[in-house]
Amino acid sequence: MLPITKTPKCYVGGAFIRSESGRVYPLSSASGEFLAHIPLCSRKDLRNAVEAAAKAGPGWARRSPYNRAQILYRLAEMLESRSAEMASALTTPNSPGEIEVRTTIDRIVHFAGWADKYEQVLGSVNPVASSHFNFTVTEPVGIVGILAPENSPLLALMTLILPAIVAGNAVVALASESQPYPAILLGELLAVSDLPGGVVNLLTGPRSEMLSTFATHEHLRALAATASPEEATQLQAGAAESIKRVVLHDPACDWASPHHHTPYAIRDFTEAKTVWHPVGA
Amino acid sequence: MPAKKSSRSKTQARELLFGDLWEFDPAPESAPAHLLDRYKLFIDGQHVAPRSKKYFDTLSPRDGRKLSEIPLANAADVDAAYQAAARAFPAWSKLPGAERGKYLFRIARLLQDRSREMAVAETLDGGKPIKEARDFDLPMAAAHFFYHAGWADKLHYVAPGCRLAPLGVVGQVIPWNFPLLMLAWKIAPALATGNTVVLKPAETTSITALKFATILEQAGLPRGVVNIVTGAGETGAAVVNHSTAAKIAFTGSTEVGKIIQRSLAGTSKRLTLELGGKAANIVMEDAPLDQAVEGIVNGIFFNQGHVCCAGSRLLVQEGIEQEIIHRLKRRLATLRVGDPLDKNTDVGAINSAEQLSRIQELVQSGIDEGAGIYQPSCPLPSQGFYHAPTLFTGVAQSHRIAREEIFGPVLSILTFRTPEEAIEKANNTCFGLSAGIWTDKGSKILKMASALKAGVVWANTYNQFDPSSPFGGYKQSGLGREGGKHGLLDYAQLQPLATEL
Repeated sequence: MLPITKTPKCYVGGAFIRSESGRVYPLSSASGEFLAHIPLCSRKDLRNAVEAAAKAGPGWARRSPYNRAQILYRLAEMLESRSAEMASALTTPNSPGEIEVRTTIDRIVHFAGWADKYEQVLGSVNPVASSHFNFTVTEPVGIVGILAPENSPLLALMTLILPAIVAGNAVVALASESQPYPAILLGELLAVSDLPGGVVNLLTGPRSEMLSTFATHEHLRALAATASPEEATQLQAGAAESIKRVVLHDPACDWASPHHHTPYAIRDFTEAKTVWHPVGA
Repeated sequence: MPAKKSSRSKTQARELLFGDLWEFDPAPESAPAHLLDRYKLFIDGQHVAPRSKKYFDTLSPRDGRKLSEIPLANAADVDAAYQAAARAFPAWSKLPGAERGKYLFRIARLLQDRSREMAVAETLDGGKPIKEARDFDLPMAAAHFFYHAGWADKLHYVAPGCRLAPLGVVGQVIPWNFPLLMLAWKIAPALATGNTVVLKPAETTSITALKFATILEQAGLPRGVVNIVTGAGETGAAVVNHSTAAKIAFTGSTEVGKIIQRSLAGTSKRLTLELGGKAANIVMEDAPLDQAVEGIVNGIFFNQGHVCCAGSRLLVQEGIEQEIIHRLKRRLATLRVGDPLDKNTDVGAINSAEQLSRIQELVQSGIDEGAGIYQPSCPLPSQGFYHAPTLFTGVAQSHRIAREEIFGPVLSILTFRTPEEAIEKANNTCFGLSAGIWTDKGSKILKMASALKAGVVWANTYNQFDPSSPFGGYKQSGLGREGGKHGLLDYAQLQPLATEL
């Protein structure tokens, strides 16, 4: 019997969409065999995704840390249950995909556990000299734009997404252009993970076309990316228009390294808010 | 406050207006500032004449007269400063933290010793009331050095699981509103974490930074650890763009902050920015009104309003609008505006003629756009740069005086009906540095504080600062924090410790 082939779609605003541009690009197997058409997203798709993130972000930020932890843990459960499918999507002639899936699951669980803990590491009660109660808490910066590297299409993508969403941010991420299918699968997992639609929005398509919009879109308050020197310059210069922070990762870094397990990656996507109140009658 | 009407008439009845019956005698601060006619750059532990051979005049805004000549550092001077800082870095960063801390403790103590002299110099050069320079800027600057001194040997407690390693040479550019205090905010955490520094003070307020160099000498700080270059925008650009800098720290306008961020694009330099603000100071109907009025006045007239976190947008709940305006007008009548060197002065001189004309231009825009203006009758000195405390009523969110940072003693009053509307209006700005909230209800404070997009929220108080309290903004008010452990993190690389993973 002829199998039913899947039409890959992007996960934006909790829905599975094609590009508004109507464009696609073909995805082929290592042996050159046609697999599917992947949406070739446009700058307009990016702006739409930012709108979706803006709608979902405040509600996600208001979820209790415990709730955020459980939802992220649920995402790990979902990935576990489809790990074989994901592994085969990640498998290349040079490397089997299982290790990347296992590492990604562990990373999700690691950051799930941070959701109700990082505040006690990053925040503080401040011993001011005057008669005031003074404390510093973290808050999400808002919407984070993510430009994932070409390699490690699941692990690197999630390594960039997790610290942002664990803190209550919403993200708009552009997947690996040459290996987009793991991000397509990831969208299907996110859709069943209890993560509210619009918190993670995944786009596929041409990085060179969308880079400048990522850099300058005023509603993106931070960017996390791997970038060539030229791309880095473009991102940082564009970010200056709205004093946006840009967190760059070395494209050659080892994405499997446990050094990525750090609350200071979460700090990159938080603002510190300090509140004063007089002590007295 | 159930009996609002009667309480208002009661306070009116209690009011004692003496008018001009008893004028204050002048009470000028008489301590000497020990100013030089001409200053030198401080590079590699030496006071050196600028290679540019150029100087510019620094004026006292209290009378517009020339105080001293300040060197105009060019790119070669800035380069010499960076080279000295780079030479000093290896030894300074390898010095045990406890020893680095001792230098900072010494600096804190020396600042306290010379506090009055420095305060007078600050007032003469910058125009702020001597009581603020004496009672706020100087004690707070010394406190910053003292606080950070103690961190120097405890950096491994700042970030669990990480070691804090210094960045290298840090270039720092600071503003004219709190010259010595901003210097302390910049230099103290940089040195505590083992960095060396090239600092450029603001063009109009260079004197106290160059006087501070003599404190560094008295403290025996190794040469080159701190270098001070003076000048205007071009000098600042040379500091920002020098290839040796591992990090740039800037405090100033959002406009210049953007230029700096853009100019660093493509480099690996770190950046922290502390930029402009347009803070909402929100007064709810159930606020303690006497305290709120004092907080509003302190929020906008402290340092002539030359404060990035100034409470320049007053949001008043509709029911108490008239009462607040009435009380504010009465309070404004008692503010003493004039010679900043007079110990009774509340509102001193505007920092420069340029800033005064910017304030005047924005005030005129408020009038032109239809807001109601109120200024108390207060004679302003005929010499120097002064501006009367100003209230605008009936301000709309679209008015320039509600959107742009005025950086002067000008308060825009807007109203709201519900807490939700207050939050909406407060957050309706590209800035996010600070905010104030006045209410007697604790749960409302916590709810509003959490909804306000601002790095510092003062509840039932305003304009409080402390070295242990992180300061910095959301959105276009900046990147990073200064003060507390948060500020230290922005001056260090975090190196993960090998742990059981």
